[in-house]
Amino acid sequence: MLEVSIEKRLSHYDLKVDFTVDDEILVLFGPSGSGKTTILNTIAGLMQPDEGSIKLGGKSFFQGKKESLAVQARNVGVLFQDYALFPHMTIGQNIRYGMKRKDEEHTFVVDQLMQVLGIQHLLAKYPHQISGGEKQRAALARALATEPSILLLDEPLSALDKQTRIECQDELIRLHDMWKIPFIIVTHDLEEAEKLGDRILFLDRGNIIDEK
Amino acid sequence: MTDIDFSPLLLSLKVAAISTVVVFITGVFFARLFARKHFFGKTVIESAFMLPLVLPPTVVGFALLILFGKHGWIGKWLLEWFDVQIVFTWIGAVIASIVVSFPLMYQSAAAAFDSLDNRLENAARTLGASEWRVFWTVAFPLAWPGLLAGLVLSFARGLGEFGATLMLAGYIPGKTDTIPMAIYFAVEAGQMEKATLWVVVIVALGFSTITWLNWWSRRNMRRFTDQNRNR
Repeated sequence: MLEVSIEKRLSHYDLKVDFTVDDEILVLFGPSGSGKTTILNTIAGLMQPDEGSIKLGGKSFFQGKKESLAVQARNVGVLFQDYALFPHMTIGQNIRYGMKRKDEEHTFVVDQLMQVLGIQHLLAKYPHQISGGEKQRAALARALATEPSILLLDEPLSALDKQTRIECQDELIRLHDMWKIPFIIVTHDLEEAEKLGDRILFLDRGNIIDEK
Repeated sequence: MTDIDFSPLLLSLKVAAISTVVVFITGVFFARLFARKHFFGKTVIESAFMLPLVLPPTVVGFALLILFGKHGWIGKWLLEWFDVQIVFTWIGAVIASIVVSFPLMYQSAAAAFDSLDNRLENAARTLGASEWRVFWTVAFPLAWPGLLAGLVLSFARGLGEFGATLMLAGYIPGKTDTIPMAIYFAVEAGQMEKATLWVVVIVALGFSTITWLNWWSRRNMRRFTDQNRNR
């Protein structure tokens, strides 16, 4: 279980949120600039809150400024907006970049993952040679290949056309069933939030204003 | 033109090559260290880095003499401890080259690192990569076109260095006579044929390096972008 209780002063308002996530899909929903991405970044360790604590299954990520776990040690998977695939590496190299173990068992897991996502035929290609939907799947595979204990997805589907988007939504739900770790998805599309989320937190100007 | 001594060409290449290696390593190091960081005094330090670019070469040479001369801070120490003298040696030419070409390398490298997509480095970190690995596998390869431009410019600048070198290394035939020196002293001595030869050599060298760089970077700009692959 992930427990988040943080405060952070931003330029236009103060972010102050308090929530927990089980092995479910939690959606952070709100207009742009409401602090959704900031929350993801603090969980990933790419940004520091001013105060509060972040804990995942008993492991402390953040406990006041002095006790902050390095990004590398958090074992958090992140799917960035626009995917942030390394442009100078093939899809295969991208996916293997974060693999911690290269033994048979893990290789099998990754192979299976690529099969589920249907991207084995893309391994030798470079990111600029594949479509948006394929990039999204490749980035998902890369994030999950590290066997993360939580997956953060920042507007994962916003760059896709409608048809691809619906396919990818189903895929995300399927992957979550397989992986059984907390997924936190940021979106500003209400329809998407309702389809994907087990729970939705509504954010506005750095505060949770409603929960569904 | 039968009795031409080619040692100035070799010496120039040696001096420029060694200085380029030093400048590349230090320039990349400082550019990476300062990239996307805001701290008190950064502007002052960066201005100091850029200074040799705007100062008259004689001023740079003068400063180097003060530092590396027999009684200079560093020069005295080098002489006492290692019995090494910098002034009037080819090492002096290397040091002069380093100082005048460092700003070019630093500027190219800083621009290259600043323009990297920050999210790619962050992605690598979330995948568990150490800062060292992030640098070698993501930042360095993606900044490479800019770094190479800095490297080539530094090399070309090192080849052409004259003013500061003259002050620090002097003109000693067979020891510190780089091509620019050879040209100056050939003209002084009225040996216009010899001067012309070296002018042709250095123009050819400079022109081919820059042409190659332009060709290479144009080709490389296209490498990771969609437009050109699909065309």
